[in-house]
Amino acid sequence: MGSSKVIHAFYNDDEVLLDAVKTVKAAHHHIEEVFCPFPVHGLDKAMGLAPTRIAITAFMYGITGLSVAIWMTNYMMIQDWPQDIGGKPSFSWLENMPAFVPIMFELTVFFAAHLMVITFYMRSKIWPFKKAENPDPRTTDDHFLMEIHVHNNEEELTALLAKTGAVEINVVEKH
Amino acid sequence: MLSLALIIIGALGIGFSFFSAPKTIEESKEMIADQASHGDSHGSEHATGAANSHDSQHDAKHDEHVFHQMQNKPWSALYVSLIFFLGISLLVLAFYASQRVAQSGWSVVLFRVMEAITANLIPTSIIMLLVILSASVLHWNHLFSWMAEGTFDPSSENYDAIVDGKSWWMNVPGWTIRGIVYLLLWNTYRWFIRKNSIAEDTANDYNKTYKKNYHASVIFLVVFMLTESMMSWDWIMGLDPHWFSTLFGWYVLASLLVSALTVIAFVTIYLRSKGALPSVNDSHIHDLAKFMFGFSVFWTYLWFSQFMLIWYADIPEETTYFVARFNEYKMPFLAMVVMNFVFPILLLINSDFKSKPWFVIIGGIVILAGHYVDFFVMIMPGTVGSLWSFGIAELSSILFFIGIFIFAVFSSFAKANPIPTGNPFLKESENFHYFNIEHEGEESTDHH
Repeated sequence: MGSSKVIHAFYNDDEVLLDAVKTVKAAHHHIEEVFCPFPVHGLDKAMGLAPTRIAITAFMYGITGLSVAIWMTNYMMIQDWPQDIGGKPSFSWLENMPAFVPIMFELTVFFAAHLMVITFYMRSKIWPFKKAENPDPRTTDDHFLMEIHVHNNEEELTALLAKTGAVEINVVEKH
Repeated sequence: MLSLALIIIGALGIGFSFFSAPKTIEESKEMIADQASHGDSHGSEHATGAANSHDSQHDAKHDEHVFHQMQNKPWSALYVSLIFFLGISLLVLAFYASQRVAQSGWSVVLFRVMEAITANLIPTSIIMLLVILSASVLHWNHLFSWMAEGTFDPSSENYDAIVDGKSWWMNVPGWTIRGIVYLLLWNTYRWFIRKNSIAEDTANDYNKTYKKNYHASVIFLVVFMLTESMMSWDWIMGLDPHWFSTLFGWYVLASLLVSALTVIAFVTIYLRSKGALPSVNDSHIHDLAKFMFGFSVFWTYLWFSQFMLIWYADIPEETTYFVARFNEYKMPFLAMVVMNFVFPILLLINSDFKSKPWFVIIGGIVILAGHYVDFFVMIMPGTVGSLWSFGIAELSSILFFIGIFIFAVFSSFAKANPIPTGNPFLKESENFHYFNIEHEGEESTDHH
């Protein structure tokens, strides 16, 4: 088995790519990866990828941020150094709650946004200064690339891809 | 038929509530005493409050005050519903104008729905005109306390220095003329755009009519921004003449805008279920629900901004507004935050739910009820004070205006082609498909 061999099909239009992905999936081939210069709506569904779970993590990060904000305002403004807020020295967190709403909102957003980005990096296995993985620099400009593993069916795949409107088809050794 | 029945039931209820309002101070005293003897805690509180007054002059003044508040009750009930329905029709018109100005593609198939809803502007404007005249010229009601005699007269015992300081804006002739001008401007644009939108269908003049409508909508949006703010000062903020808030116009706008989007969604879903809107798909419903969700958050933001600044600064003349609402309207005041914020957030945050008509309707009913309560809490404290309740007068006012709404909207919808065939963006709207959802009864592979 030429397991390290992959086929690279290039497209120059996202609609053509989307239809090609559907054709390849319909022929029961596994698409290893698709490289795009920009996000293509509906591509994940067409490739049969599981729905993203980042929304669930975002919710949990938001709750974490909200809890941190409540704890932080209570510790700083009520416990550690009690403050007279707006001429209402009640020294109760609940009675001063309106003053803390902006902080609670901001920290919820802050935690959700930053931790979501970090989660996305970890899940996609990318980090700062990592060497780019895309097989062809044209995928950062105006080309789309579909990568499929070859299992002794090079000719069949090439014929199929040629029919889907690929502008270039290469078979390469993957390292 | 349903609409006429609702109008009749509503009108009967309104008539009854006006009839049962006290005609004289003596009657109102009797009614309060009656309530007290029935063990109503609300009435007895008032009775003892009056008894504890020190001098008889104060006592008489208090009685007169309560009498006016009781006389105001049926007026206020009518007024809350009127402002709510007039405002919704106006905001649908403004949203429609914004769609024209933005040259948005997705909403074109909904244009005739929005135009039909704005037809409700005509009857509500006529009723509003009558209310304006009856308050200012005919003195039939005391909704606006600053219109009482002697408010601007330093020698009178009714003299109010604070209101007198604002007399360059708050004066009866100015108020009346402004109100009439707002109504005229809005109705003029509505009449013009409706006529020319239908003309677009058959114009076939290289979009000349379309461009004319675009320019008219740009002008209207500017006019609307100005008149909407002034309308909210004149018609709602003026009920508490000492108090003011600089973001009140925005706050009213947000409340009416989310209600307007909800109403568009309701009428669209209803007409689609009857097969009258063949080009409307789930993505259009999804977008309307997104607006409902977004503007619910926007409303909450403005509501809280207004509240927090006043709470923080703690200046007595500003806090009276919230003190009155928190002491006497605690239940509706807090319930509306749950109905207008917590509930829509939880129900409509999920992308899939927003394209399901049933979820949109459940969310929308709560949103509309919540914003009715919002206007109730804006208006009632300034007109009836602690004597508020929700009974025949309020319910029949709502029914009356729902009846007018149904009659005006659906008879207007039937008069034009439901598809605005002359709009250059019609095709984009018909093919509109949000990539993340699947349309009911369509192949899932049929994208774009």
